Amino acid sequence: MTPPSSHPAHTEQPLILMEAVEKWYGSFQALKSVNLSVSKGEKIVLCGPSGSGKSTLIRCINHLEVYQKGRIVVDGISVADNPKAIDIVRQEVGMVFQGFNLFPHMTVLQNCMLAPIRVRGTGKAEAEATARQYLDRVHIGNQADKFPAQLSGGQQQRVAIARALCMQPKVMLFDEPTSALDPEMVKEVLDTMIGLAQDGMTMICVTHEMGFARQVADRVIFMAEGEILEEAAPDTFFRSPSHPRAKQFLGEILAHH
Amino acid sequence: MGYELDFSVVWEHLPELLWGCLGTLGLALSGMTLAMIIGVLGVFARGSNMAWLRRLVIAFIEVIRNTPFLVQIFFLYFALPSMGLKLNPTVTAIIALGLNGGAYAIEIIRGGVQSIHKGQVEAGLALGLHKTQVFRLIVLKPAIRAIYPSLTGQFIMLTLTSSICTSVAAYELTSVAQRIESDTFRSFEVYFTVTLMYLAISWMLMTAFAAISRQYFSYPTR
Ligand SMILES: Nc1ncnc2c1ncn2[C@@H]1O[C@H](COP(=O)(O)OP(=O)(O)OP(=O)(O)O)[C@@H](O)[C@H]1O
Ligand SMILES: [Mg+2]
Repeated sequence: MTPPSSHPAHTEQPLILMEAVEKWYGSFQALKSVNLSVSKGEKIVLCGPSGSGKSTLIRCINHLEVYQKGRIVVDGISVADNPKAIDIVRQEVGMVFQGFNLFPHMTVLQNCMLAPIRVRGTGKAEAEATARQYLDRVHIGNQADKFPAQLSGGQQQRVAIARALCMQPKVMLFDEPTSALDPEMVKEVLDTMIGLAQDGMTMICVTHEMGFARQVADRVIFMAEGEILEEAAPDTFFRSPSHPRAKQFLGEILAHH
Repeated sequence: MGYELDFSVVWEHLPELLWGCLGTLGLALSGMTLAMIIGVLGVFARGSNMAWLRRLVIAFIEVIRNTPFLVQIFFLYFALPSMGLKLNPTVTAIIALGLNGGAYAIEIIRGGVQSIHKGQVEAGLALGLHKTQVFRLIVLKPAIRAIYPSLTGQFIMLTLTSSICTSVAAYELTSVAQRIESDTFRSFEVYFTVTLMYLAISWMLMTAFAAISRQYFSYPTR
């Protein structure tokens, strides 16, 4: 088996390890032998054209999608060995979606307290304290008793980030967290993510926000047609992408900005 | 010589009629509770991984929705005892109403569940909740809110259908009315009054449903 990636070797085990992962939707192959290793504290930006398999890749990590071949190990836990491990993996992996997916019938605070109480068995008072702490951190503490529909898109997405953080995950996955937002709200969400990165969170972000990638990413990974075609430091990737598909893709992205 | 209206008969039997109303309300509320339980469990079972369970639920819905309620309640009342299960009329009526209402409730609630965006389920799973928790804590309430008018409409239907339970002599308004009518031969007065009483029961229930909705389903949506 080929080594998963070419970044400097770490003595620690990677937090996320994907080995030769293949995924089909029926007869359509959405992931083609994907290898990826993410160490603790690393920030990865994943980009590529629409339909290239970015969402599929990160959704395989927390088993929102099943894959047919290969192996994914999260924090030393491999689900292939033990199906029960899906639960543990999901507790360690936070996810933020393009469409926020807040629970409309719960207040912001209740959204943030649900999983710690129901999944981790945290006491109510402690869950509330943690929730308020993270809501303050995403600058939305004063909206704790509102319902999601009473918030703007940017505010909702920040709540979604806080909700995921309340489970105190080891990794955060972001699937185009700003692409459903009005332009004026993109910055507040990106700033939240930058803050999180500066605090040392391990992150995999599917995003086309190139400014964010330059500022935060340790590595940019470019995908097309279910394959990882290029991996590089952001500077290298944006200045001189080596794969023709990456060049073309960057050309299109820049044309839009 | 025409038929002379004489409502004094109704007046004399008013206490019995009011007790009948309570009987009807009791049957209806117990039936609704059972129907709701069957509805929610049925929707969950309908989406189970186990094929036999899904088929069982579908078969149940098909049988209930394609046979007359009168036959269903006769089956429970006359056929089951021959298999060694003897039930009293009121219990039979509640079970019959619950099964019948439950079959419709499954289909209605399922429509509500299907209207919930799959992102809601994914967000719950991604947070580490189990499938059952996701259904119970995340999907169910918005799903019921989405179909609340159809569901409560069905429950009003169930209440009115309870009058058929007179056929197994369950204690409810129509059976009380039949008894008074056969004692007094005052059909018009009795059934006119009973009609108004059913209307009043329906209105009361609709008011209660609206209050429940304000209490539990009033969270804002965009
Ligand atoms: N449930 C599904 N059934 C069948 N095909 C699917 C399904 N989900 C995704 N696909 C296909 O798999 C491929 C990868 O999809 P994916 O959503 O991972 O792409 P993406 O890179 O995230 O795209 P986008 O930028 O548009 O979000 C696409 O061609 C898509 O049509
Ligand atoms: Mg996607």
